[in-house]
Amino acid sequence: MMHTGAKRSLLVAIFIAIAVSFFSAHFNRYYRDVAIDVAISIVLAVSLNLINGHTGQFSLGHAGFMAVGGYIAAKITLVFGVTAVAWAQPFIFLGALIVGGVVAALAGLMVGVPSLRLRGDYLAIVTLGFGEIIRVIFQTSETFGAATGLVAIPKWTTIGWGFGIAAITVYVVGCLVNSTYGRGFLAVHDDEIAAGAMGINPVRYKVTAFVIGAFFAGVAGGLYAHHKTTLAPTGFDFMKSIDIVVMVILGGMGNTAGVIVAAVLLTAVQEPLRALGPLRMVVFALIIIALMMLRPQGLFSFGKKKGAKA
Amino acid sequence: MEILQQLTNGLALGSIYALIALGYTMVYGVLRFINFAHSDVLMLGAYSAFFLAPVAERLFGPQTIAGALFIIVIAAAICAVIGVLIEFLAYRPLRSRPKLTVLITAIGVSLFIEFTCQHKSVFGADTKSFPKLLASRDVAIGGLHFSSNDLIVLVLTAALLAGMWFLVQRTKMGMAIRAVSFNEKAAALMGVNVNRVISYTFAIGSALAAIAGIFYSMRAPGIDPLMGVQPGLRAFIAAVVGGIGNLPGAALGGLLLGVIETVAGGIPGVSNYRDGIAFAILILVLLFRPAGLLGKSMVEKV
Repeated sequence: MMHTGAKRSLLVAIFIAIAVSFFSAHFNRYYRDVAIDVAISIVLAVSLNLINGHTGQFSLGHAGFMAVGGYIAAKITLVFGVTAVAWAQPFIFLGALIVGGVVAALAGLMVGVPSLRLRGDYLAIVTLGFGEIIRVIFQTSETFGAATGLVAIPKWTTIGWGFGIAAITVYVVGCLVNSTYGRGFLAVHDDEIAAGAMGINPVRYKVTAFVIGAFFAGVAGGLYAHHKTTLAPTGFDFMKSIDIVVMVILGGMGNTAGVIVAAVLLTAVQEPLRALGPLRMVVFALIIIALMMLRPQGLFSFGKKKGAKA
Repeated sequence: MEILQQLTNGLALGSIYALIALGYTMVYGVLRFINFAHSDVLMLGAYSAFFLAPVAERLFGPQTIAGALFIIVIAAAICAVIGVLIEFLAYRPLRSRPKLTVLITAIGVSLFIEFTCQHKSVFGADTKSFPKLLASRDVAIGGLHFSSNDLIVLVLTAALLAGMWFLVQRTKMGMAIRAVSFNEKAAALMGVNVNRVISYTFAIGSALAAIAGIFYSMRAPGIDPLMGVQPGLRAFIAAVVGGIGNLPGAALGGLLLGVIETVAGGIPGVSNYRDGIAFAILILVLLFRPAGLLGKSMVEKV
């Protein structure tokens, strides 16, 4: 019964997003861009939350998956989309986003498989390494523009696309985690060995979390590519992954609502903070340290869980 | 001949990785988490040398051995203090928390140091050229060419590694370090002062990182606040490849990584992927030997 309610909320959210999108031409361009940034951040943070928060697998390579999705989607658009007739363009965009997501999910599978044998900080360093490898591959590949990256990608991401996909992400991750099947993610998070003893296959859950998380990160990358209209390999470095990790930590690992709030907040203050230059990252670092000392469960988690479990 | 030359260059680079990896592996041994800030201590070591160089020149004259030693010793001491402070301020309050919390804090500390140092009132984000600590000469041995600095680095690193082995295997403090990394609670019950051992570990690891930072800068085109990240990551990979918590493993991993990277960098077509090679090795090793080359795999007890 919870699901029908959730489904209705999803449809309403998508409807509102598309409806707002019709009027977005009248919005101040700056606010419209920030709004799309916010939507992309929500997709990224909620999908990382499935891996880091719900399943408890600390990943530092989310920007890598985002890069895969972004590059693939942008390439598809540049090859097929630009010359296509106007009515076909939304379908090509959707196709490009999905293919980007699927390729990112394959990358997620590749990270997930070695991760079966690793825990905690080992996994963190492998995912970090994977993100770096992906970046190096794009940086050397002539097909993807090498160090310059891809340019002149059509600006197709609108508020409707952004928030529509954000709503779908929240819905899919929410349904997954709240389903009977999905309790397995939490079980793996709380105690892998106990979960295994109860007949839950931790390996399968971890890989599933990686694949689904990577898929949405890839889609977010596609949205990002068609929002910024240029892609450079340097945009997907370690710092980008850290940005997403901070959203998840700030919101509270495994707390979807909190993570969404954190994604909105952090993205919205991002632009004003840019004036601070390098100090922006100093502030970020202090937020991380202070949170870990004072509220390791995140700003927006109350009751229930006392602190994040290892 | 070409390959021999590459091999020796790789050993010189690898021995620096080994020095950094020792710090990672020792801290992992006693505290069981990756000290992400280790690579920044390396950077601070290089900057300490940068600021100490004019002082040394005034005291001992330009590019003397005594001056270089003075710089290395003082920079190591400065970084030892910084390392102990980082542990005391950031990690000790979280000692009993889940390891993930400490890991995230370590990332936070690392970012804090890097970006504070990038600010123009600290070091600034620009690349500074590293002063010449010693006059470098070309030495030819059996057709191979070395810079004398590389040789000195190799010899000093070998001496430091041997010293570390002695310290950990033959001294009382070394025994305490091994006891704490084997079982912290049992060690405490046996009268080992765990806090002191951990501070000591951080001091040694950070001093080694500072020295490695100076050696690394002598070969690098210049220093900047983010210079520690790449060698730091590689050294951490070296520690994992060798078997984290295992000192000879860290040295082996470092040398291996340095050699593979340098040799691969010389092969046309592969050289573009140089930055990814270390990570590819890491993933391969972890797939087949999750405990590392020299590590012992342990069964987790419930």
